[in-house]
Amino acid sequence: MTWLTCVAVGVLASLGAALLRVWHGPGRADRMMGAQLAGTSGVAVLVVLAPLEGWAALDVALILALFGALAAVGFVKAVSADGGGDPEEDEDLAATPPDNGVSSE
Amino acid sequence: MNDLATYAFTSIGLFFFVAGSVGFLRFPDVFSRLHALTKADNLGLGFIALGIAFQAESWRLVALLFLIWGLMLLAAGTMSQLIARDALRERDGR
Amino acid sequence: MTLVLDLTLCALILAVALATVLGGGVFRAIVFFIVYGLLLSVAWVRLDAVDVALAEAAIGAGLTGVLFLSAFGKLARIGAEAEPPAARIRGFLPAALACAGLTGALAWAWFALPVPERPAPDLATALPRAGVENPVTAVLLNFRAWDTLLESIVLLAALIGVWMLARDEDWHDRFGLPQHVRPGGVMANFGRLLPPVGVLVGVYLVYVGADRPGGAFQGGTVLAAVGLVAALAGLLRPPRVTQIVWRMGLVAGPLVFLVAGIVGAILGAGFLTLPEPIAGSAIFVIEIALAISIAVTLAFLVIGPPEQGHRE
Repeated sequence: MTWLTCVAVGVLASLGAALLRVWHGPGRADRMMGAQLAGTSGVAVLVVLAPLEGWAALDVALILALFGALAAVGFVKAVSADGGGDPEEDEDLAATPPDNGVSSE
Repeated sequence: MNDLATYAFTSIGLFFFVAGSVGFLRFPDVFSRLHALTKADNLGLGFIALGIAFQAESWRLVALLFLIWGLMLLAAGTMSQLIARDALRERDGR
Repeated sequence: MTLVLDLTLCALILAVALATVLGGGVFRAIVFFIVYGLLLSVAWVRLDAVDVALAEAAIGAGLTGVLFLSAFGKLARIGAEAEPPAARIRGFLPAALACAGLTGALAWAWFALPVPERPAPDLATALPRAGVENPVTAVLLNFRAWDTLLESIVLLAALIGVWMLARDEDWHDRFGLPQHVRPGGVMANFGRLLPPVGVLVGVYLVYVGADRPGGAFQGGTVLAAVGLVAALAGLLRPPRVTQIVWRMGLVAGPLVFLVAGIVGAILGAGFLTLPEPIAGSAIFVIEIALAISIAVTLAFLVIGPPEQGHRE
């Protein structure tokens, strides 16, 4: 179906635009979110192309979805103080009073 | 009929994807960008998966499509919490 | 319309590759490299090479990203200067000319090659004798088994190279840095929810590799990434180098492969040639052993050499 190919082009184009944020993004978190967006867009493109390319493409989409967060988990581990920490167990952060009550601790 | 449902749902999904990317580019703060990324894009993916499910040839493929969406939700939920904490730490200068 | 799709994909891949090498910070280059891997897996699907796409997705989306990011973190922790020095224009021009020449030669070769027939005629006649229906698995594990055997040994050699980075006094410690997470937090729960699904997907990929895209390498890579998730979430403590069980897991794949090859020689078909009646089951057994070895080897490669600091 031609429409599915158009949707795939649309998703790729929006990914291309969002990668500008990875280029400019003033913080590490912005850039890492760009990687996550690429993962989601890749899954979307593969799902949309599956009726055209063969349903085996869904297996590739499954793997991308499965490990979508692995890069982000590796990132927060790597930038923690000793290389193996969890950003949620930071004692300094727990001591900071939450300003709008979103703390889940 | 199936094709009509596919057209409709994938169009809505594409709209949410584009909206998420626009939000990711234009929101002023890393935390609001996180909202745009996780909510809009995963909703877009859900609608796209729903649209493609109408083209699927067996129930196994439909289940696989929703497993993919569920795993993407899990990944987005995990990633958003962890990255938000790191962004908070970076903003506070630690 | 598919031409527009292919052009968009190619333009995006080229742009991301350019952005990776244009500098402006190591972290930005790492993120662009991860995006590049993800886009490549879509490109492989578009090229009808789903087996390669499966491997690229598991490695590019997961393992390579974690490897680069943990290296980046380590450089930051030891205070090393992670930024490359600014390039001077003098060294730039010969490199640019050499790259342009190579690109031109590749383009000429691309257009000079004949268009391959699908499926290849030799493969089409030989496939029924292979014992499996997936042509990629048949070529990897039956017709060109020699290459796959050497590749699995090369993977082992790479791991030994990484282990040589360990310091002598750390040799008996566990692999990698000690991981600690907040109990009941997001990371701990992620490490609990993901591995069951991941193990299922990995075993499914190994099992289904005989008939559909999949196979030992793809399933092994998924299992390695699942093990990595469990280790990063603090649920699995990495083993030590000295534990025999894990060393057996590392060599199981190449060993079983070698034994199958010798059995083939004993049965008269030739070294690494599988006789037709047992080809299917032999490939299945080899795939299971290879998947275990690849999973353990890749997981150990990413976790790292033995390092100090583990509390006993």
